[in-house]
Amino acid sequence: MGNHISLLLVVIPLIAAPIVAVLPRGGRLPWLTTLIITFICAFLASSQLWMVLNDGVISYELGGWAPPWGIEYRIDAVNAFVALIVAAIAAITLPYALLSAEKEIPQHQIPLFYSAFLLCLTGLLGITQTGDLFNVFVFLEISSLSSYALISLGRNRQALTSAYQYLIMGTIGATFFLIGVGLIYSQTGTLNMQDLAKLLPQLSQLKTVHTGFAFIMIGIALKLAMYPLHLWLPNAYTYAPSVVTVFLAATATKVAIYIMLRVLFTIFPDDFLLATPTYDIFILSGMAAIIFASIYAIYQSNIKKLLAYSSVAQIGYIALGIGFASSKGVTAALIHLFNHALMKAALFMAVGAIIYRIGSCNMKNIDGLGKQMPWTFGAIVIAGLSLIGVPGTAGFISKWYLVTAALEQQAWISVVVILFGSLLAVIYIGKIIEALYFKPVTDSNQSAQEAPLLLLVPLWVLVCANIYFGLDTSLTVGVAEKAADVLGVVDIGIMNK
Amino acid sequence: MDFFISHYNYWIVIFLMMVGLYTVINRGNLIKKIIGLNIFQVSVFFLYISMGAVKDGAAPIITEGVKLYSNPLPHVLILTAIVVGVATTALGLALVVRIKESYGTIEEDEIHEMDHSL
Repeated sequence: MGNHISLLLVVIPLIAAPIVAVLPRGGRLPWLTTLIITFICAFLASSQLWMVLNDGVISYELGGWAPPWGIEYRIDAVNAFVALIVAAIAAITLPYALLSAEKEIPQHQIPLFYSAFLLCLTGLLGITQTGDLFNVFVFLEISSLSSYALISLGRNRQALTSAYQYLIMGTIGATFFLIGVGLIYSQTGTLNMQDLAKLLPQLSQLKTVHTGFAFIMIGIALKLAMYPLHLWLPNAYTYAPSVVTVFLAATATKVAIYIMLRVLFTIFPDDFLLATPTYDIFILSGMAAIIFASIYAIYQSNIKKLLAYSSVAQIGYIALGIGFASSKGVTAALIHLFNHALMKAALFMAVGAIIYRIGSCNMKNIDGLGKQMPWTFGAIVIAGLSLIGVPGTAGFISKWYLVTAALEQQAWISVVVILFGSLLAVIYIGKIIEALYFKPVTDSNQSAQEAPLLLLVPLWVLVCANIYFGLDTSLTVGVAEKAADVLGVVDIGIMNK
Repeated sequence: MDFFISHYNYWIVIFLMMVGLYTVINRGNLIKKIIGLNIFQVSVFFLYISMGAVKDGAAPIITEGVKLYSNPLPHVLILTAIVVGVATTALGLALVVRIKESYGTIEEDEIHEMDHSL
C-alpha cells in the first residue's frame, strides 16, 4: 500500500471525476463525494511527504516498466511538498465550496462543476508526481482544460471571454512546451527527467538543446504568469466563480513554478544555465512584476482584480528568488510558494464571502461592510498584513528569507525593490480596508449580515495558518531547505558570473 | 540548395507554425483564432513525426527481412497530443458558441467595445 501512494494520488480523483458528473442533480451528494475525495488526497499527500522525509526518494514504476523506458513517478522532498500544498488547499476549499458554489453556479451545473474541479486536481497532482517530461505536458493540459471550463462558469459574461483568452494563451504555452520537449528528445532520446539530467551535460553545446530549452522556458512562463506573460491571469481570476479563484490562485501557478524549478535545477546542468541569460531574465522579470503589477493593483476598483494583480506581483518575488541562483534564493522561493498559497487563498475566500452577502466585490459597493461582517473583515486584515509582510505573519518569513538571499548576493537593487513592493502592498490593502471600515455604511449594506459559518471556518483555518507559519517556521523552512538541497542548487550567484 | 530540399519537411513545419501563430495573434474573429491554433498545433505534430524518421528505416511494423525501423515513440506521443488538441478545439468552440449567445458577436473588437461601454 505504502509505495502505491504516489499513483493513488492521481488515480483517485481521476476515477471520481466521471462518477461525480453523473450523480443526481439537486442534492448535495456531488459535493459530499468530492469533499471525501479531497480529504483522502490531503491525507495521502501528507503521509507521502512524511515517508519521503523519513525514507528518502520514492520511485514508482508505472505498469512495472523500468525507467527510462517506462513512466516513472519519482517523489522527493520538492514534489511531495508541492503535492501537499495542492491537496491541502483543495481540502480546505471544499467545505467553503458548498454554499459559495450554490450561490454562484446554476443548480444543474453543480455536479459538472465538481467533476471539473476533480479533473483539475488530478492534473495538478499529476504534474507534481511524475518524473517524465511528456507526462508533465499531458497533466498540464488536463489541469488547464478543466480550469478553462471552471473559469467559464462565472456569472458574468466576461467569464466566457476571459476563459477564451486563457485558452488561447494557455494552449500556445503548452504547445511551446511540447516543441521544447520534442527538440530535447530528438537529441537525447529520452523523456525521463533523471535520464535527461545524466545525458544533457555532454550535449549542452548543441543549438537544438538551447532552442528546446528556450521553448520550454517560454511555455512554462506563460503558464505561471511570469511578467510580462501574465495578461491572461487578471481577467481569469476576476470573473471565475469565487471557489475557482481560491483554488486556482493558490495552486495552478504554484505547480507551474514547480516544473520551472525542476527544469532549471534537476534537468539542465548548471554550466548550461550560466551560458544563457536565464537568471538575469528571472531577476528582471521579477523586479518588473513587483513594481508594475503592484502599481496596476492600486488602480483597480474590483477587489478580485486587485488581488489578481497582486498575485502577479507575488509571482515576481518567487521569480526573483529563483533568479538569485543560490540555495538561499530557491529556499526563499519555495517558502513564498507555500505562504503565498495560504494568504491568497484566505483573501480570495474573504472576498468570496463578501460576494456571497452583497453579490458584488466592487470598491464602491463595499463601503462600511467591515462593521456588518466583522469576522470576514478581521480575516482580510490579518491576511492582508501577511501579504504586506508584517512580523508575526507567514508573509514576513518569506520576505525575510528573500531579503537575506538578496543581501547575500549583494543585490542592492533587488532589496530596494522587495521593500518597495511591500510599501505598494500597504497601499492596495489599505484601500480595501479603508472602504470596508472607515467609510460610513451605505443604506444598501445596512442589512448585510456576517457570512455563514461554513464560509468562515475554512477562511479562519487559513488565517490561523498564516499566523501559525509566521511564528513556527520549522515545517516550512525545514522542508524548503531540504527541497532546495534535493534540487541540487549550487551557489553560483549572480555576482560570480 | 541540397540542404533546403533534404530538410523540406522542416521548412513546412516552420511555415505552418508561423502561419498558425500569425493567425492567432492577428485575427479578431474568435473562430479564425481557433483555426490558427489548430494549424500551429499540427505543425508541432509534423515536427515530432519528422524527428521519428530514421534514414532508410521502414514503418515500425515487424516484418520479415526488415532490419531497420523508424522510431515509433514520437508517433505514440503525438497520438496523445492530437487527443489533447481535439479536446482544446472542442472546448474553445464551445466557448465561442456561448460567447455568441451572450454577446451576439464573435468579433474580438466588438466584444471589447461592449465590455467597456458598460
